[in-house]
Amino acid sequence: MSFLEVTAFLFDGFKISLLIFAVTLLCGAPLGLPIAFCSMSRFKPVKAISKVIVWIVRGIPLMLQIFIIYYVPGLLFNYQLFGQIDRYMYIEYGIMDMGRIVAVLIAFSINYACYFSEIYRGGIESISKGQYEAGYVLGLTKSQIFRKIILKQVIQRIVPPMSNEIITLIKDTALANCIMVCEIIKNAKELAATKAMIWPLFFTGVFYLIFVGLLTILLGKAEKKLSYFRS
Amino acid sequence: MSILEVKNIQKSFDKTEVLKDISFTLEKGEVLSIIGSSGSGKTTLLRCLNFLETTDSGRIIVDNDILFDGNNKMTDEKIRENRLNFGLVFQNFNLFPQYTVLENLTLAPTLLKKADNVTIKNQALEIIKKVGLEDKVDFYPCQLSGGQQQRVAIARALMLSPKILCFDEPTSALDPELTGEVLRVIRELRDGNTTMIIVTHEMNFAKNVSDKVIFMADGIIEECGSPEELFENPKSLRLKEFLSSSLKD
Repeated sequence: MSFLEVTAFLFDGFKISLLIFAVTLLCGAPLGLPIAFCSMSRFKPVKAISKVIVWIVRGIPLMLQIFIIYYVPGLLFNYQLFGQIDRYMYIEYGIMDMGRIVAVLIAFSINYACYFSEIYRGGIESISKGQYEAGYVLGLTKSQIFRKIILKQVIQRIVPPMSNEIITLIKDTALANCIMVCEIIKNAKELAATKAMIWPLFFTGVFYLIFVGLLTILLGKAEKKLSYFRS
Repeated sequence: MSILEVKNIQKSFDKTEVLKDISFTLEKGEVLSIIGSSGSGKTTLLRCLNFLETTDSGRIIVDNDILFDGNNKMTDEKIRENRLNFGLVFQNFNLFPQYTVLENLTLAPTLLKKADNVTIKNQALEIIKKVGLEDKVDFYPCQLSGGQQQRVAIARALMLSPKILCFDEPTSALDPELTGEVLRVIRELRDGNTTMIIVTHEMNFAKNVSDKVIFMADGIIEECGSPEELFENPKSLRLKEFLSSSLKD
């Protein structure tokens, strides 16, 4: 196999990595917000449930969570949900791995939503009470105060910790190969196994590096754009 | 008829009684200063008037309109409506950092749909001029000095034309050389017949600017009267002690 062929094959895998990255961000980031609000709820049971969920999800390895999501429906209900999706998508559309990818997307979205929720909570709680009170005495509603006054200050404060998580996320996508999803590392391992080529495995690092480089520039720009005010 | 009547209001936090049976009245155009040592309940009183704290019992009447009487449960809507009778200027300004000076002023009237945007903007520019910050219209709060920030905060409160404007130690967070500009604005407001309640530690200012002074101690009004009466002829021992210790500073 030529260098170009190997690169193309690895890039096919990296597309799956990027898919996991994008979907996790799109689902996990919004899902984190209700979890954050529940964690801050004055209604004790809601707060307790949300804290326990966050504790469990942050407390066990993501790889284990992928196994749980993928295998537990089959073990408990004797129904191979993701296996069925896999088979169906392959037979009907010739698409490989779809069920496995869906399982990974669910596990990643829940996992990252919990991490994001803690970042949101920290950001929201760091805004001084005076900002809310200033809004109240001006006759604004709670929701107007949150949307028009608090939100932007929270966003400014959470960009650096969110950047950290986002950069971690692209590297975490490699965990998907634990249930045989053909992301970039899985493809590289396949080359090692079938063609006795070990260098592609190390070469995958270049893909991650380039992508993280782009992310760093982008997130840095966002941070800079929001630095026009000091709260 | 008084513009503000406060009757027998009480407020406790858990088991600590912070306000015990406070009553006073204020006439339109008058300036009331509230003095007293820390923990005497001055700020709590102001927060109760602005409905940032829920008063336990008593009555608050503004312009013959009973805003609060004892045990009536107020809806959020009613609380918001009540708050608009009062304006409040905070000790540490609490400007919105992500908005410019102009936007800080126009935000609330725009959201409350007080008028069309052009009218609101013109009104804001006029008020900004009044507090002497016409050259800072497009500045962000972090680019202003403390005194300038507090003047913006006053302007922001004026935007909603409250019947009574309250100040919670407006100069306490300022360097001494910056208090003058804020006090000057307050004095100009008095000359324009704005009804005001000022919680302050600036004794000389309270003496010069007020029509009426209340001295609070341990949650009660220990003494109340004209500035001459309180500052020249304090009757109670506590006020005498308070005045002598604050004049020492």
